[in-house]
Amino acid sequence: MSAASQDVATRNGIFARAAIYAVLILFAVYYLLPLYVMLVNSLKPLDEIRHGNMLALPHEWTIAPWLSAWSTAQIGVSPTGLKPYFLNSVMMVVPAVAISTILGALNGYVLTKWRFRGDTVVFGMMLLACFIPFQIVLIPSARILGLLHLAGTVPGLVLIHAIYGLGFTTLFFRNYYEAFPTELVRAAQIDGASFFQIFRRILLPSSAPIIVVTVIWQFTNIWNDFLFGSSFSSVDSIPLTVALNNLVNSSTGVKEYNVHFAGAILAALPTLIVYIVSGRYFVRGLMAGAVKG
Amino acid sequence: MTQTRAEIAPILARTRRAPKEVLQDLLPKIVLAPSFALILVFVYGFIVFTGFLSFSGSKLLPDFSTWVGFDNYVRLFKHPNWIVSLKNLAIFSVLYIVICSVIGLALAIFLDQKIRGEGLLRPIYLYPMALSFIVTGVAWKWFLDPGIGLEHAMHQLGWASFSFRWIKQGDMAIYTIVIAAIWQSSGFVMAMFLAGLRGVDNEIIKAAQIDGASTVMIYRRIIIPLMRPVFLSAFVVLAHLAIKSYDLVVAMTDGGPGTATWTPALFMTKFTFGRNEMGMGAASAIIMLMMIFAIIVPYLYSELGQKK
Repeated sequence: MSAASQDVATRNGIFARAAIYAVLILFAVYYLLPLYVMLVNSLKPLDEIRHGNMLALPHEWTIAPWLSAWSTAQIGVSPTGLKPYFLNSVMMVVPAVAISTILGALNGYVLTKWRFRGDTVVFGMMLLACFIPFQIVLIPSARILGLLHLAGTVPGLVLIHAIYGLGFTTLFFRNYYEAFPTELVRAAQIDGASFFQIFRRILLPSSAPIIVVTVIWQFTNIWNDFLFGSSFSSVDSIPLTVALNNLVNSSTGVKEYNVHFAGAILAALPTLIVYIVSGRYFVRGLMAGAVKG
Repeated sequence: MTQTRAEIAPILARTRRAPKEVLQDLLPKIVLAPSFALILVFVYGFIVFTGFLSFSGSKLLPDFSTWVGFDNYVRLFKHPNWIVSLKNLAIFSVLYIVICSVIGLALAIFLDQKIRGEGLLRPIYLYPMALSFIVTGVAWKWFLDPGIGLEHAMHQLGWASFSFRWIKQGDMAIYTIVIAAIWQSSGFVMAMFLAGLRGVDNEIIKAAQIDGASTVMIYRRIIIPLMRPVFLSAFVVLAHLAIKSYDLVVAMTDGGPGTATWTPALFMTKFTFGRNEMGMGAASAIIMLMMIFAIIVPYLYSELGQKK
């Protein structure tokens, strides 16, 4: 990663540089504006949004919209706030991420260190599964969940998310283990180490970076999912994104914009925190998802 | 029974092996099998299932007793809502892909000019990618709402003639979804291009500079052409996101006003679950799958092929 093209930069004139900074800052404003709008308006009384300026700071600061969004706002038929749905999302995300990551790691290990005839075809089929439009599996998935008596439950959503995450987790680990020296694995094999011993003692200790990338990727995708959540959940298992959409688009009652904004930030907070804490790994996951093979 | 010793030897060797060793040999496949089986059933099996459905007369529930041939497809392509969905997808994907690529490339080139504060700007450009489309939708829906959002704010500031109510106008609403989608994804495209730019070989650029090429010329003639693989990756990622675009539309307009912002993904769920037209819904899903495969399969094929 040499800073190659940066060498061109040094020859720009001062006006060109000023213009570049202006454009860059303008775009920073564009990207920050919606977050700013959500934040300031979530801290205003409703009257101030209706009669005031959306871009202005609150005259009268209040955290009431946040409290309402969390615990008392009307969602669907019950005034529960987003709290129970937040918990649904947590109970859905944690096992789904764990299962798909563990299976992905084992798959990646087999596909790179225990190659067999036809392994490229197997991998290719798993890779292609990453990109299917999920509309194609909605109807049969609903049937299967019904047959398994998992329709409308959190475990049902866990199952669906774990399965449709397998393609990406396998891809991540396969690409990572591909670069891991196979000689070490063969040497351990000759010394009599078993399949799982090799995985646990040799590959796993050096897998921390890819585990972080995979967990972040899966967490972000599953937390942010809307299609599966809205198709396969019932009253007790609705995930946060679906609840937020119900809150904002409910046709009854007064539109409490400040509560909507507070709710939106609440829904965004977990993934935002993950991004802020470990942005480097987040970006690496995005890149690995984009630049395949 | 005229096998030579050489032919028999490996057979003997195999039969003599301890069961434990056999298990060790099979273990990798046993470990991989459940995942592969799940993918086979839940992805490929389900695609076949939906494929069958699209030729059936299913309405509320899957019904394999009546076969209607290509009838669902014929009705699909005659249905005004599907035509609107396709038109919107065309507008959306062209603008989304082109503008994201232009903004992404421009920001990446600008950021690559030894900018002070790059470490601060980069995460600002990228954070929308961490958000749910529903959150993005809520933010933009109210920000573009004439009653309380941008238009209202401009009126409050004294610019009484300012008007921006695209989200309420049937002919313009799809463009508001483009704006929000670009907001969400362009930073990511920037990151892809930046990684590409940082990987360009220094020597080529030095040589061009010695030959007296200007900065603009170096970018136009040397660096941007070198970004071809990045353009391709960005295109594939953005195109498949565009075809799948669903959450953002639901959150911002739910297809409205009227059917002005329907997309194929929205059509599929609305017809399957809302209008009890499962056969047509399945047909629309098959068309979506074909669009995505037309983009992804050649790409994956060439990517996997290069590795060998």
